[in-house]
Amino acid sequence: MKPSNQPSSQDRKLGKEEEQLLDELGIFGQSRRTFLNQMSAAGISLMAVPYFTSDVFAQAPKAPDLDPESLLNALEVNLKINGDTYPLQVDSRMTLLDALRERLNLTGSKKGCDHGQCGACTVLIDGKRKLSCLTLSATCKDKEITTVEGLAQGTGLHPVQAAFLKHDGFQCGYCTPGQICSAVSLLDEAKRGEVSYVTENVKDEVTQLSDKEIRERMSGNICRCGAYNNIVQAIQEVHSGKAEMPRWEFATEQELEASRTAE
Amino acid sequence: MRPFQFHSPSNAAEALQKHSRDQKTHYLGGGTNLIDLMKEDVERPDHLIEVADLPFKEITQTANGGLMLGATLNNTETANHKLVRKNYPLLTMAMLSAATEQIRNMATNGGNLLQRTRCPYYFETSMPCNKREPGSGCGALNGANSKSALFGWSESCVATHPSDMCVALAALNAKVHVGQADGSSRVIPFTEFHRLPGDQPEKDTNLETGELITGIELPESEFPDHYYYYKVRERSSYAFALVSAAVGLQMQGNTITKAGLALGKVAHKPWKLENVERYLEGKEASLSTFEAAADLAFEDAQPLSKNEYKIELGKKTLVQALVRAAARS
Ligand SMILES: Cc1cc2nc3c(=O)[nH]c(=O)nc-3n(C[C@H](O)[C@H](O)[C@H](O)COP(=O)(O)OP(=O)(O)OC[C@H]3O[C@@H](n4cnc5c(N)ncnc54)[C@H](O)[C@@H]3O)c2cc1C
Ligand code: SF4
Ligand code: FES
Ligand code: FES
Repeated sequence: MKPSNQPSSQDRKLGKEEEQLLDELGIFGQSRRTFLNQMSAAGISLMAVPYFTSDVFAQAPKAPDLDPESLLNALEVNLKINGDTYPLQVDSRMTLLDALRERLNLTGSKKGCDHGQCGACTVLIDGKRKLSCLTLSATCKDKEITTVEGLAQGTGLHPVQAAFLKHDGFQCGYCTPGQICSAVSLLDEAKRGEVSYVTENVKDEVTQLSDKEIRERMSGNICRCGAYNNIVQAIQEVHSGKAEMPRWEFATEQELEASRTAE
Repeated sequence: MRPFQFHSPSNAAEALQKHSRDQKTHYLGGGTNLIDLMKEDVERPDHLIEVADLPFKEITQTANGGLMLGATLNNTETANHKLVRKNYPLLTMAMLSAATEQIRNMATNGGNLLQRTRCPYYFETSMPCNKREPGSGCGALNGANSKSALFGWSESCVATHPSDMCVALAALNAKVHVGQADGSSRVIPFTEFHRLPGDQPEKDTNLETGELITGIELPESEFPDHYYYYKVRERSSYAFALVSAAVGLQMQGNTITKAGLALGKVAHKPWKLENVERYLEGKEASLSTFEAAADLAFEDAQPLSKNEYKIELGKKTLVQALVRAAARS
């Protein structure tokens, strides 16, 4: 039973941003009504899209230049990131991940392990997913780097970002930028017909990926919260082009009440 | 990480000239092993010479019907190349079992051959390790050696070679092409490329310091149909092997006419099984033949205090790979 002060989704008027977000998420028709019911039952309003887009990040202040004397083996690199060029003086030791986070305030890419073992730092370099924690900035001259901040177009989410939101492909969100960059790349790899270790016969062409294939191909991104099932569903939706209802749902008022009064 | 000077030569000659031919200089491929080891303070070069962008990025057909894999091409593109998939699917499968797409996109073919052991003592600078610090002792010999070698180890080192790609290359009888500073080059058969530890565990290979790997040559395709790379590990993806087996077979009906076999993670080098290859030739493919082959493969195994389990596991791994390779049509 719904509490009477909660309008049902049918009669609730959506704001422009909310309409837009639901469109972005690919939630229409009956799905939209079910989704909204869940949302209003939980008593939260929709988050606004712009938080996920580059406009917000672009306003972050730039890190001041380092004192050249503090650099032992200084190198000049022009880092081309998300379409912008950043001339930067770096120590030869500086990884791309540290340059992004510590010098350019592009903190979307995360440092999980710093040793190539978790995938949180995944970025696209010349369109291929790579680990920025094991990449020296000095090796990035003339390469096109795309970070999670560069995936959205203006206020339009990248389809993978939208699918992660829709399917709740995260919990704490720490691994998410790496997961999303990885997934964006995975879709291209599938289009190119790449095979994987779980492909039955690597001599065959594979362009439609099973969930098992997606799991294998995403194994380089560890999620400590274990959001794997939802991540796979989000990627499968974009890959197959078939919209699916999210598997998760909010607790009903009754269930919430029951949990509040439980011993 | 300690400070170093970074060099980015535009051709191989320049790279070879810049190398000081001692441990103070390292070539930098994809960096997936070297940068990690530098962060751990295990490797401490004064100079890094970037080779990942040198123009050895092609896969070309050789005059004798084989393939030459460029040393600076990355593992993903090599494994997915149409001629590799078609004619050397065993190599594709082994390469794709390693690490992750992100790492394979970075890792170069040359760097893969020269990746260092994953022995935990090698990574931990507070521990004794002859490979990292000659003369300091081998921590694993009587310590945490559950993943160490069964074959060819010495009192000074019981480490294993971690590469999956190299196991397939050993089974396929590849050769390594190497360039030298004076402009000359040489070709090393794969079985002679990596070495056993002996009393010089700091040396993983027979490469001279400063030599540059330029390509990996595959002979004419022998096992395009019956192949399997079976990798057993502690989780089903993104982990190094406990043991692995690379199997290529030629079959006429149910009779094996030729075999290419190697085991991974059982020795300081990919463990080529020449005697088992000969044993299988002319035999009917059956479970009992394969079990006998596996017994033969592990006949000389010398387990350490904590890795005896790898014998049984290794036998079963080899049998599984043989069964799956034979069953492919
Ligand atoms: C988390 C993680 C998991 C992994 N899992 C696996 C796995 O399951 N299976 C597996 O097989 N591997 C695995 N790897 C290892 C990976 O395959 C290697 O790190 C990679 O192949 C090394 O290639 P690179 O180009 O990055 O080498 P680099 O790190 O750049 O170099 C390695 C060594 O080779 C030398 N070198 C590089 N190129 C040349 C050349 N052309 N000539 C002469 N010397 C050269 C360098 O000086 C250095 O000493 C894993 C790595 C990581 C980080
Ligand atoms: S096995 Fe080799 S690498 Fe491991 S501790 Fe002993 S010497 Fe070092
Ligand atoms: S931070 Fe790069 S892989 Fe973990
Ligand atoms: S969402 Fe928390 S680590 Fe993946």
